[in-house]
Amino acid sequence: MNVSTWLGLILVSTIFIAGIFATSFAPFPEGHRDIDNPLAPPDSMHLLGTTEDGTDILSALFYGARVAVIVGLATVALSVTIGTLIGLISGWYGGWIDQTLMRLIEIFLSFPGFLLALLIIFALGEATILGVILALNVTGWAGYARLVRGQVLSMKHREFVLAARSMGASNARIMRVHLLPNVFGPVTVQATFGIAGAILAEASLSFLGVGPQEVTSWGALLEEGSILFLTAPWLGILSGGCIFLSVLGINLLGDSLRDKLDPNAL
Amino acid sequence: MMRDALTRLLGAILAFVGAITLVFLALRITPGDPADNILGDEAPEAAKVRFRERLGLHQPLHVQYGQLWTQIADGTLGESYEVGSGRPVSQIIGEALPPTIELALAAMLVACFIAIPFGILAAVSHGGFIDQFTMFIALLGVAVPVFWSGPLLLFLFAVQWQIVPPPGAPLSSPLPLVLPALVLGIALSAKLSRLVRAAVLDVLQEDYVLTARAKGLPERQIMIKHVLRNALIPVLTVTGLQLAALLSGAIVTEKVFARPGVGTLLLEAIVQRDYAVIQGCVIVITVAYIVVNVVVDVGYIVADPRVRRSR
Repeated sequence: MNVSTWLGLILVSTIFIAGIFATSFAPFPEGHRDIDNPLAPPDSMHLLGTTEDGTDILSALFYGARVAVIVGLATVALSVTIGTLIGLISGWYGGWIDQTLMRLIEIFLSFPGFLLALLIIFALGEATILGVILALNVTGWAGYARLVRGQVLSMKHREFVLAARSMGASNARIMRVHLLPNVFGPVTVQATFGIAGAILAEASLSFLGVGPQEVTSWGALLEEGSILFLTAPWLGILSGGCIFLSVLGINLLGDSLRDKLDPNAL
Repeated sequence: MMRDALTRLLGAILAFVGAITLVFLALRITPGDPADNILGDEAPEAAKVRFRERLGLHQPLHVQYGQLWTQIADGTLGESYEVGSGRPVSQIIGEALPPTIELALAAMLVACFIAIPFGILAAVSHGGFIDQFTMFIALLGVAVPVFWSGPLLLFLFAVQWQIVPPPGAPLSSPLPLVLPALVLGIALSAKLSRLVRAAVLDVLQEDYVLTARAKGLPERQIMIKHVLRNALIPVLTVTGLQLAALLSGAIVTEKVFARPGVGTLLLEAIVQRDYAVIQGCVIVITVAYIVVNVVVDVGYIVADPRVRRSR
């Protein structure tokens, strides 16, 4: 493993551990406010200072990591599941099924997904984590479906598939046992970058004020930090730094995975 | 060639109809009553009734869908009832579009100026220090959110050194455009430089480049006449597609730099719960997205004979 893979692994593990064990690591419970201490600079009580409403920034960053991990993983898990299923069916069955599904995929790919997510969250009223995950999935699955379809098309006439077919394997079995494991590599690579994309999208939505309202998000902290940049620059620098490091770590890991699992990719 | 262009055009019309339908459905099939979601549960019933009537939400779905197409056909995109108090949505968006297009084009220019030379440099020194260093910087660039680099640069350039005007300054001179275009352009150049590198590397392995080398042509001539001319075709395609993506990316940048534009209008409409303006903004950006896609695709078919033959 080279330096960038190690760096990626360290960054990603740190973010994931911080997110999963946020409640154990955070010095204060979520929602706790030290109202007598707004915008406090870093000190022994609040190691990274406080926000305008007295929230401990270190705790908020831990809870923000949890939101990033949940949104990143859940969004991609759902997109991969839907996209892989549709891609497998489209590529394997071909004919009118493929034509119809491909047109559908093209429509979803021709849509700026971030905007549609913004629209759906607005229509839902108050945004929740689930709402954001679903909104990001409305167009998110299409890229995976196109990728899987392409992989299936390149494999469906290969010997191992023809052999399975001639031995009487059902369509479902061929897709599950023979095709699915072979699309694993490229899908994993794309999913890795997808996690980074989902984290950035959630942070952008929160920065715009339409992210999940019931939890602490790095994007929302950064929004507050950008307004208070002159008085409390650490808030913006730290929350933005968390987004940057997590996206960088995931992309570094994605690049290494691509070299290993999908070396022919661009 | 004509047939290819027509097929692409038909695909775009399908995408257009699909995208409009998607926008329509996104706003209607979300759970709950839009009047409750948007005005809040505590809003008076009369306000909710007025809201539903104004948007035609009391009508059956197919009537509402027909109404949307009528509003698209007559070019008004409906009527704004909060942001523009009764003015056609298309007129309000028309006023907001020029600064957004200006920002997108300027950012694209910045991205090309950075990405093309650095991408080429990385490809030429493939595997070497310059290649690894350039690509590492590109990786950092991809990970930096615009809403982080924006405030940081604003702090340095507008507050500390006072080289550029502070956010929200009037757009009478090109100076307020510099920082937003740089921030958005640098973010885009990170992606673009990786693409330029890959495209140049691909062409460098082609037989005609080997032939040119075997003929003893100077390296400079090979790069300019044989490599760049061919490598930049796919790069231009992606650049065109990114221009469309920039239109939606500009939303965040406009907020960071307090610039007027479609993004700012969209956010204002969200705060004021102006359904019609939100729907209009999304439709306009989506249509721009599809149109740029088609123009780039058809341009590609015209420019590259290999694409025509492969179809």
